[in-house]
Amino acid sequence: MNSHKLTSRAGRAHKVPMEHDRTGLSGASRIVMAVVAPFALAGCISVNAPDKPIVIELNINITQEVIYRLAADAQNTIEENADIF
Amino acid sequence: MKRTKLSRKAVIATIGAVSIATIAIAAPALAQRDPAYEAARAEGKVGEKTDGYLAVVGASTPDLDRIVKDINIKRRAVYAEKAQAANATLEEYAFTAGCLNISRTQPGEKYQAPGGSWQTRGSGAPQRDPRCP
Repeated sequence: MNSHKLTSRAGRAHKVPMEHDRTGLSGASRIVMAVVAPFALAGCISVNAPDKPIVIELNINITQEVIYRLAADAQNTIEENADIF
Repeated sequence: MKRTKLSRKAVIATIGAVSIATIAIAAPALAQRDPAYEAARAEGKVGEKTDGYLAVVGASTPDLDRIVKDINIKRRAVYAEKAQAANATLEEYAFTAGCLNISRTQPGEKYQAPGGSWQTRGSGAPQRDPRCP
């Protein structure tokens, strides 16, 4: 019967001896490698250099509150030093 | 009696002398801009930056560089002194002065817009940082 032949072939496949393990890893290590390897590959981070120069805007930290507090003082300073303003 | 009159005259003379001396001391503080600086401003060769300092706009020359550098050193010294007195940082004080410097520009003079581009002051209000008073 056809079904009998198929069963026999399937049975033979299991009898092929496994290739000798050349990695020297124990069964447990292999499992660890199999689990860790995909993560190690996915964990690669590519860093690209920016094409524009990095500009640090120091003025960004100056608050409007401070500017308003200093405005009158600065106005006097400018008037007192009219030669350099 | 005569002695009293003399001393009154002396007092008046002293007051007069002090007044003249005061005017003489006050005069340099109220000095006007150097003619070369004034001309460079009017011609748009130098402009007011947003940070409170002056800069050469367009092609530079040794003379323009010297004017700008000299004024900026003096401004920095003034800002530093006043900032310390006002319990503020040099940058905060200079930036505040920059707001006012840009407001004070006359039509035809150059100033820096918040984005960093150079603008020529027109008849209207200049473009300034939204934090400016």
